[in-house]
Amino acid sequence: MNILVCLKQVPDTETQIKVAPDSKSIVTDNIKWVMNPYDEYAVEEGLRLKEKFGGEVTIIGVGPTRVTESIRTALAMGADKGILVDDPALTGSDSLGIAKILAAVIKDLDYNLILCGKQGVDDDYGVVGSNLAELLGIPQISIVLKLEVSEDGSTVKAHREVEGGILVIEAPLPALITAQKGLNEPRYASLPGIMKAKKKPLDVKTISDLGLDAGQVGESGAKIKIMQITPPEERGAGKIVEGETPQEKAANLAKLLHEEAKII
Amino acid sequence: MKFQEYFGETHNMVRQTIRKFVEREIKPFVDEWEEKGEFPEELYPKAGDAGILGIGYPEAYGGSGGDIFLKIAYIEELMRCGSAGVVAGLGSLDISIPPILAFGTEKQKSRFIPPVLKGDKIAALGITEPNAGSDVANIQTKAVLRGNHYVVNGSKMLITSGYRANQLTCAVRTGGEGYKGISLLIIESDTPGYSVSEKLRKMGWWASDTAQIFFDECQVPVENLLGKEGEGFSGIMENFQNERLQLSIMANMTAQLALEESLKYAKEREAFGRPLSGFQVTRHKLVDMATLVEASREFVYRVAAKIDAGENQVKEISMAKNFACMVSDKVTYDAVQIHGGFGYMREYLVERLYRDNRILSIGGGTQEIMKEIISKYILA
Repeated sequence: MNILVCLKQVPDTETQIKVAPDSKSIVTDNIKWVMNPYDEYAVEEGLRLKEKFGGEVTIIGVGPTRVTESIRTALAMGADKGILVDDPALTGSDSLGIAKILAAVIKDLDYNLILCGKQGVDDDYGVVGSNLAELLGIPQISIVLKLEVSEDGSTVKAHREVEGGILVIEAPLPALITAQKGLNEPRYASLPGIMKAKKKPLDVKTISDLGLDAGQVGESGAKIKIMQITPPEERGAGKIVEGETPQEKAANLAKLLHEEAKII
Repeated sequence: MKFQEYFGETHNMVRQTIRKFVEREIKPFVDEWEEKGEFPEELYPKAGDAGILGIGYPEAYGGSGGDIFLKIAYIEELMRCGSAGVVAGLGSLDISIPPILAFGTEKQKSRFIPPVLKGDKIAALGITEPNAGSDVANIQTKAVLRGNHYVVNGSKMLITSGYRANQLTCAVRTGGEGYKGISLLIIESDTPGYSVSEKLRKMGWWASDTAQIFFDECQVPVENLLGKEGEGFSGIMENFQNERLQLSIMANMTAQLALEESLKYAKEREAFGRPLSGFQVTRHKLVDMATLVEASREFVYRVAAKIDAGENQVKEISMAKNFACMVSDKVTYDAVQIHGGFGYMREYLVERLYRDNRILSIGGGTQEIMKEIISKYILA
């Protein structure tokens, strides 16, 4: 079973994000970049299926050279090879642009299953997976908590959480799955794994290698545009409720909730 | 990159693995382990499986390979668990395995190294005695050759991981007085005549087990001798360079964590109607702390790079250790001061950092011994 995992590199979730002076991007100096946490579930699931069915796991990333580090991390976890699409023309791509690039890489590959994280934790669009499935014309099951591939490798059954219950969906392979937190517990890249990963193949491609032109991707090909990024409002000072007795304090609190907070 | 960097892609990937290991396997339980006075033994094989224990050791003996900066990245990230005791406990192999690697025969290396790097066995270093610490040439534990065995009598004091260790890289006297009479033996804990005290209660490093070890007519096979008889002293001295580097890194990280905690606290805590960071006196204190930490870190990295290149750095690493400890003494003191009464409470990390820091200018050679070493170089 050949599995493709699409991977995004995002700022470490502990990073203090600062908005850049242009108000449309973030300051990237001193950011620690890591594999998107949802993509870690996708990589782990791919590795588990490979352990069960055999075959290969290929990691596909899009972005600048630094993304190789995250691809190598996935290789260190146990994936077999990596592909990075790195091209200056990609800057400013929207989700559809990224999906087009991934589709261009994937159309020449032999695969049974594509795994993606359900969303990138940086811009949280959550649509690359579905766009990609549409471009490839294959079934897609999103936000998956549990995955079973049939013994003969012809179908996949996925569990999704819905309000008050679990929805079980089946699709023929090849299909695309997006991973939700809880799908599995991703392994660490072990030290021997990291050392071995250095020798695993990692191809770097440009958009012309993929037969795309600059107008289809990057800022010029984007269908949506970021107008403004604003940081969350700073929290104001707290308030201490006055009162001599607990009763009096409770009465004052109720009054504040009613008149100031207007929530009761 | 326009300047020489010490850490590259592999180091960063290893950092991420160790950070995850710390977040998942250590941090949630670390306060409990500190109070209990030990961490579970299962942590060794878990770290062994991830290949973390093998950093810096050859793959032929189950190691993970890597240069000196990979070891540094490992210690730095592990220190982020907030308990130097856990780091010292897992790290006791880093003072007890290098002499085996340096002086051991092929047979000794393949027998005594792989199980420790896998985490199946615990290794400790036994030098200090009730009457000999820094004065290594004066150790009293005697080993007398009788047939195929050394018969060992004496005791070892303040042994990190000593309570649980399966094997001890141990300094013994096989010859006459002075440094020429000292040899290194690997003594296994299941050898008849080997016994261990209760765990010793310490000021800091609570999560690591420390013990006294006794040898009573302890029969150690002659094939457990490392190198030749009488070569122990130089082996021990060489090994100290490793330990001093590791302790320098620990001191820098102790100071780094104390600084980070203080920065956080100074922004949150209000006094007289404004955050502590609103007072010039606090800001300047934080600036001094940050400056010292930065300078010490760069100094230690530089010395490490030279060690890695094979240069003699005995003077420099002794200076680096003293400097790093001086910095961590000052920074942990100021961190508690900034935290006020809360800094004296166990719930606050700076309280532990302050206690854990105290051993760093004693272990691996005291500040005073470092100065004696340095003085020999600069007055020569």
